[in-house]
Amino acid sequence: MNFVSATAILRNGVILAVVFLFPALLAAQQPTPKADAPKAYALVHAKIFTLAGAPIENGTLIIRDGKIAAVGGQVEVPQDAQVINAEGLQIYPGMFDPITQMGLREIGAVNSTVDSTETGNYNPDVVALTAVSPSSEHIPVTRVAGITEVLAVPASGGMDSFGPSGVIGGQASAIYLAGWTVDDMQLKRSVAMVVNWPEIQTKTFDFTTFSRKEKPYTEAKQEYDKQVTELTDWIERARHYAQAMGHGGPADFSRDLKLEALVPVVRGQLPLLVFADRSREIRNAVEFCDKQNLKMILAGGSEAYKLKDLLRSRSIPVILRPVLTLPLYEDDPYDRLLSQPAELSAAGIKFAFGSFDNSFARRLGQNAANAVAYGLPYDEALKAVTLYPAQIFGLADQVGTLESGKIANVIVTNGDPLEITSEVRYLFIRGQLTSLDNRHKRLFEKYSARPKP
Amino acid sequence: MNFFCAKYPRLIAFAAVAALNVIVVCGTFAADPPDAAAPPVLLIQNATIITISHGTIEHGSILIRDGKIAEVGQSIAKPQGAEVIDANGQFVMPGIIDCHSHIAVDGSVNEGSVSVSSMVNIADVLNPDDIDIYRDLAGGVTVANVLHGSANSIGGQTVVIKLRWGAPASRLPFEGAMPGIKFALGENPKRSNFSIRGQEKRYPATRMGVEETIRAAFTEARDYKSKWDDYNKRTSGGEKNLIPPRRDLRLDPLVEVLEGKRYVHSHCYREDEILMLLRVAKEFGFKVRTFQHVLEGYKVADEIAASGAGASTFSDWWAYKVEAYDAIPYNAAIMTRRGVVVSINSDDAEEATHLNQEAAKSIRYGGLSREEALKMVTINPAMQLGIDKRVGTIDVGKDADLVIYNHDPLSAYAVVQKTLIDGRVYFDRVRDIAERADREKEKKAAEKKSEDKKSEDKKQNEKKPDDKPMPPQSGQGSANNETHEVDSALVSARGAL
Repeated sequence: MNFVSATAILRNGVILAVVFLFPALLAAQQPTPKADAPKAYALVHAKIFTLAGAPIENGTLIIRDGKIAAVGGQVEVPQDAQVINAEGLQIYPGMFDPITQMGLREIGAVNSTVDSTETGNYNPDVVALTAVSPSSEHIPVTRVAGITEVLAVPASGGMDSFGPSGVIGGQASAIYLAGWTVDDMQLKRSVAMVVNWPEIQTKTFDFTTFSRKEKPYTEAKQEYDKQVTELTDWIERARHYAQAMGHGGPADFSRDLKLEALVPVVRGQLPLLVFADRSREIRNAVEFCDKQNLKMILAGGSEAYKLKDLLRSRSIPVILRPVLTLPLYEDDPYDRLLSQPAELSAAGIKFAFGSFDNSFARRLGQNAANAVAYGLPYDEALKAVTLYPAQIFGLADQVGTLESGKIANVIVTNGDPLEITSEVRYLFIRGQLTSLDNRHKRLFEKYSARPKP
Repeated sequence: MNFFCAKYPRLIAFAAVAALNVIVVCGTFAADPPDAAAPPVLLIQNATIITISHGTIEHGSILIRDGKIAEVGQSIAKPQGAEVIDANGQFVMPGIIDCHSHIAVDGSVNEGSVSVSSMVNIADVLNPDDIDIYRDLAGGVTVANVLHGSANSIGGQTVVIKLRWGAPASRLPFEGAMPGIKFALGENPKRSNFSIRGQEKRYPATRMGVEETIRAAFTEARDYKSKWDDYNKRTSGGEKNLIPPRRDLRLDPLVEVLEGKRYVHSHCYREDEILMLLRVAKEFGFKVRTFQHVLEGYKVADEIAASGAGASTFSDWWAYKVEAYDAIPYNAAIMTRRGVVVSINSDDAEEATHLNQEAAKSIRYGGLSREEALKMVTINPAMQLGIDKRVGTIDVGKDADLVIYNHDPLSAYAVVQKTLIDGRVYFDRVRDIAERADREKEKKAAEKKSEDKKSEDKKQNEKKPDDKPMPPQSGQGSANNETHEVDSALVSARGAL
């Protein structure tokens, strides 16, 4: 144990040295923005992966007023900028996890901490951002993995999904993973309308009685048809509502908040984020959106590989569930989900990786790396956790690459950000140097220091 | 596969397998068992050999004879007639040992009706056709500690298996491995998250009651043991016509625990319950072999180390329930630094497919060395299961249970190329891919045959409408699709990960 304590002392010594040498940096690593934060930062001598061109060796990145002011090999460092020497480090755009329940759920098994799924089947008017808790411990834990922005997606499952999630689940919000208030965290309040595409289920599990339930196929099919009819009805009513809004004043019709929420959908301004995994449901959802002339983003997509032509011909992007998921069927190849991204990429289908979870959001990079291991080109994997989710949700003018004018969501790492053993050394959200402290690190430090009993 | 065991996100996926007893019709296309026995002599050449016990050998060779490692070194001459695996540019390490698994179990893993279910035995319900055996093999796993669930303070008996895909259930158990028994503390045995409407609460419903349940069972076991001891003493002393004590199948395994003939693997989360079990174990004079999950183990690492118990934990699961809210990815590192033998386990058929990656997380979170990280999925779980003389390192005389990767196994970019058990290749990525087309053809043919038969039956029925009951309604007869529906609906449910 002498050896162990020696290394512990050594490590503490290093920590102390860092604290001693860089007090200004540490002071700045607070939730953003801090009153006395520097006006500008200059990250120098780094290898910069802008994802908007070739990597820049020995590059400089200037951050000012929350935005990227300049990036390149020959960039002048402004006088008022705090300089961070990033020699030997690499700079990337922060990662973007497009399906999470961030801020909506703290502890899966504790109902009172869960706000991710509203009851009832049709809730187009509920908006994730409303229920995002800026104090969630998940936010700083996820940040350390290099993720700077996410979508908080209502009714997207995760650990509280013991029952049905409803057909229209509500509106997903894009949020930064830092901020004093939910307003600080807002990247875009409404980016997509969640639809859980109905499934024909003959066998279900009733969690209230903990027993299996079975019904005949015809009955299950009828329920499926009923839900699709209802969904169609909602869309058609919303279309009429939109027409009425265009023609008359409030005196002519009574206001309906649910239909009003669907108006941007029928006007093609808000995409549907449709959760479907099996080919039959995906196909039905695509046909539905075609017929209704709605913009669709597919979520889940475990069998997207069976419908490559359809998805490509309609330019439907996919948010893939983690590739570290077992195949749907016993007789599928064991690497069915692992190898799908390579197949979709080769077919020219745009996709992004999502964690579809909260406490597992930090596995986003790991999942992307695993897809590379099974044939996806590395650059595509990197873009599928940065640029592509931004493009898919119409946010690429703000985040996803390191280009001047974009919001400065930036990570500085000691290696490939998708690799398990790499670490994030600095992280900026909206141009603010953001704390890498979190609940896990605090507990680690506290109990590492516990004296021997 | 951890319905009551640990984690929620897989709940729905698990329901498909355990609760609904889904029978997937398509059978075992996913992999044919190797048809030939292991070659008597096999030579793996040109590999980076991660021995775990004595460093890494570049461009090394491993000679395997009759399923055992016969020689390990820089250059080994190829014996006459040896089969050769050229592992140029590849990495060989000992097969991964998963210290907490629920694969290969037929039906539910929980006998949850009583809080002491020590009479049931997982070894009795092994299912050698579970496709998860093959999937985990493809992730480099060669040995799994197959446990009962965690619905009970004292759960069922457990068994260590080798993932000999294709072998009958009788050949799965690891020969000579000490049997175990599952204990569980905290929210699961007190049924915090599993109340069933209309059903009365089962005792225990608190951590206090969990302790008393275990104490009561061991009090009974101790009395029972002394009756047997007395009986045995008197019969061996020559007394005749004694009536033996009545056999109690529930207490027999607990007596084995008291006698050190059965390992205790205890599911736990919180620091207080870990100390509670150590106290109870001391009171009754038994040892806790491993604490499983042990997510707050880092808070009482010194006490665990002093007790001699091992700790088998998750890499980074947290926040799915209150007792997992203080779970940290540094857990394995802190416990290791304080002298606990630590392993990283899966508790889940999917998680098991990348335990090498999960081990790597302790390098980032807590600063373990590469060697320490890899030990947590090889020799450390072997020590915890008492099979370290047989497996867990690449040393002469040990079983040739090996996994071959195309890259450094601590990287997320590493893919398993081959998995060997007892010197026999049970998984081969190249072969798996090559056989896919044939399997697909076989599947199509089987489906067609089934369709043909259906339409044939239909014709028959139409001819003699009065002789037979009505044929199934459209869709209903399509058993194939239907089971797939259930399976996939549940597996693909948003909770899957």
